[in-house]
Amino acid sequence: MSHQSHMDPNTMVIEMRDIVKKFGDFTANDHINLTLHKGEVHAILGENGAGKSTLMNVLCGLYHPTSGQIFVDGKEVHMNGPRDAIDLGIGMVHQHFMLIQPFTVTDNIILGIEPTKAGVVVDEKLARQRVLELSERYGMKVDPDAKIEDISVGMQQRVEILKVLYRGSNVLILDEPTASLTPQEIDELMQIIDNLTKDGKSVILITHKLKEIKACSDTCTVIRQGKYIKTVNVADVNENEMAAMMVGRDVNFKVEKKEMTPGDVVLDIKDIHAKDYRGIEILRGLNLNVRQGEIVGLCGVDGNGQTELVEVLTGLRKAESGSITMMGKDAFNLNPHDSFEAGISSIPADRQKHGLVLDFSIEDNLIVQHYKEAPFSKNGILKRDAIRKNATDLMEKFDVRPRGAEGKAAGTLSGGNQQKVIIAREVTNDKELLIAFNPTRGLDVGAIEFVHKYLVEQRNKGRAVLLVSFELDEIMSLSDRIEVIFDGEITGSVPGAEADEKELGFMMAGGKKNEN
Amino acid sequence: MKTKKSILDSNLFYTVLAIIIGFAIGAIFLLIAGISPAVAYGKLLDSVFSKPKYLVWTLVYAAPVIFTGLSVAFSFRTGVFNIGAEGQYIVGSVAACVVGIKLQLPPIIHPLVCLLAAAAAGCLWSLIVGILKTTRGIHEVLSFIMFNWIAYYFQNYVVNLPGIRRQSGGEATENVADAARILLPDGLMKTLDCSGANWGFIFASIAAIIIFIIIEKTTLGYELKAVGFNKNAAEFAGINVNRSMLTALGISGALAGLGGAVQVLGMGGRLSQLAAQEGFGFDGITVALIAGSNPLGCILSGLFYGAMKYGGSKLTIVRAPSEVVNIIMGCVIIFIAISQVFKVLFTSIGKKKEA
Repeated sequence: MSHQSHMDPNTMVIEMRDIVKKFGDFTANDHINLTLHKGEVHAILGENGAGKSTLMNVLCGLYHPTSGQIFVDGKEVHMNGPRDAIDLGIGMVHQHFMLIQPFTVTDNIILGIEPTKAGVVVDEKLARQRVLELSERYGMKVDPDAKIEDISVGMQQRVEILKVLYRGSNVLILDEPTASLTPQEIDELMQIIDNLTKDGKSVILITHKLKEIKACSDTCTVIRQGKYIKTVNVADVNENEMAAMMVGRDVNFKVEKKEMTPGDVVLDIKDIHAKDYRGIEILRGLNLNVRQGEIVGLCGVDGNGQTELVEVLTGLRKAESGSITMMGKDAFNLNPHDSFEAGISSIPADRQKHGLVLDFSIEDNLIVQHYKEAPFSKNGILKRDAIRKNATDLMEKFDVRPRGAEGKAAGTLSGGNQQKVIIAREVTNDKELLIAFNPTRGLDVGAIEFVHKYLVEQRNKGRAVLLVSFELDEIMSLSDRIEVIFDGEITGSVPGAEADEKELGFMMAGGKKNEN
Repeated sequence: MKTKKSILDSNLFYTVLAIIIGFAIGAIFLLIAGISPAVAYGKLLDSVFSKPKYLVWTLVYAAPVIFTGLSVAFSFRTGVFNIGAEGQYIVGSVAACVVGIKLQLPPIIHPLVCLLAAAAAGCLWSLIVGILKTTRGIHEVLSFIMFNWIAYYFQNYVVNLPGIRRQSGGEATENVADAARILLPDGLMKTLDCSGANWGFIFASIAAIIIFIIIEKTTLGYELKAVGFNKNAAEFAGINVNRSMLTALGISGALAGLGGAVQVLGMGGRLSQLAAQEGFGFDGITVALIAGSNPLGCILSGLFYGAMKYGGSKLTIVRAPSEVVNIIMGCVIIFIAISQVFKVLFTSIGKKKEA
């Protein structure tokens, strides 16, 4: 889609100058600059956790910047909350919609600033009329009388945009607006953005999808690890160059791996379709296999179906169709227990939600899949001695600190040590397949190395390892084979040794391999 | 220094503290009412401890609330909130009463059948709520409260059924068969000089020990606790969450039902038409909270509650309102609930002093 610019380079609407935002010792935004003109579509590009959302929360009054200045229409402003931002004409459409499900479209749009008769009764007719006017003006089809719970995700998003427009916003911030949309809805959104800028509104688009930036933006500011990298004219750069700017940092360290030839196929996934929690199809015919003695890295931007895929494999979610086999045996839509018995053990993404029972002792957490078996119980009675010995041994082997804490609640451990408890348990299970989902999230460098070491060790023992991670570095340094997931499908496959960060970044954003 | 710290860490310390504060606040209300706290509390102590038979009465009063306390404590430990012990207690007492009246069985067998019927009734009553929760997603607290009222009206309906209602008149049932009663042998009862002396407290203590073993020592307890603490992690580890939840609710309901049975087979011998919910189930919440949800602790806190109930009933003799007992118990619960605040406060003061 070619992009027709409506930008007026002489009228600056917003200027953010040298914005710094710190949370304790952590600097989320490190001297970031941003200018926005009338009619401009300005994309903000960055990886997960780069600081995009923090910057936008500063702009819409939710956070006070630690230092730096914000100018609106040339005047410096100090905002004390979202209300002030709304009064200044800045409105944000959040990634996760904030709508009241049983209310109608009109009710949601006017909520908080209802037009009234005699100051008391809501003037439903007038409200409805205004909503219709707005929706026609910007070509946003909505049914003003429909209830939110009955309308599509695309229409819910239009309601969110109308909500912001109804409050008189001139600047619209769209946070990952396409994350939950179908391709057709994305096209419609692009048209809406065009209509808005034609009318003199300015749009800030937060995203990591390069194609969409190319399709509808004038300018693009790249942020990496909280730092301002540069602002480019989108027409002057190609998607590859933008990908390089987004991920472009030195690869930290290569993990030591011996040469191995993969063996038999362990996990074989064919044409899997599954829906997410909203009932939207998120896995669209995905194919993937993992063989003995290899680490397959599944790489992609959050929200492309990784979570649902892992849930299907571990038995937390039912797939709609397709086939899954483990060592040639059917393993489609098993429950968690049977999935484990079929040979799948898993290091979950959320260690506190799925990995550990925080109020349980460490020793109890270590037997959570085996409490019914010898030597941990006999005739339904737990054998405390065996349970304690198991914990002492594993804590020693996997260096869980502090020692001697076998009987203490798992919640008292640091994050890194909690993760070690899970690794100890899952690696000791020694199943045919180990799934590791973001296994190093939030860990310090030492703990990361530790986790990586054990993943490689499983591979060296001839086990199959499926590594799902949002960290490109991690994928690149560990994987024997990298599979790129985009929009619920595998869109590319690269041998680990040949992986190129720029190319991966390009494919993660929906680009096809060897295509510029 | 070390011993001081361990005291400040112990829950027992805060429970005792809460009880003392509860009495202190009760004293303030007594003073406002113009009654000497010394006299009232003296009478309270006197009416529990001055004669052996009073102590036996305390045990009689304690038995049903130990059962309902166990019921609630077990539910707390397994991550559900059984606020429906009241209803389960009622259906348990109705089941025991009907079986006690209608069947003719030899001694020992008859009370056992009655107890079994009561446990089954309480279990079933609780399971209905559990099934509503697991299949329809209805929050258990909501349905439990409704089921309390359904049980209440159910009892009043059953009490007035022909063949159950006593023929000599009065809004109560016939007496249960003598063989079904769980009273102590006549000789022992005479020695103790207590007309209500029964096996209830012994049964409750045995139940507490069994529940303690289930929770602490068995794979079943492990499973139920895992689900209670973290449903998601339990499911992820392959535990059947819904089945565990139903098991927990079933056991919890059975315990409350047994509470109703020991009351009717022990002390009452029959059921009356209710004018209001009697509150044994809700007393169970108090007992469980004081016990910190520890099954063995429920024996002690149940005894404490039984003593307060029995002693409180005699406060009118010194013209003190017996409601003062409710004030004290209410305060105890509040202060146990906020004991965590004390804990943080005391330990931080302790730390400052050390520094």
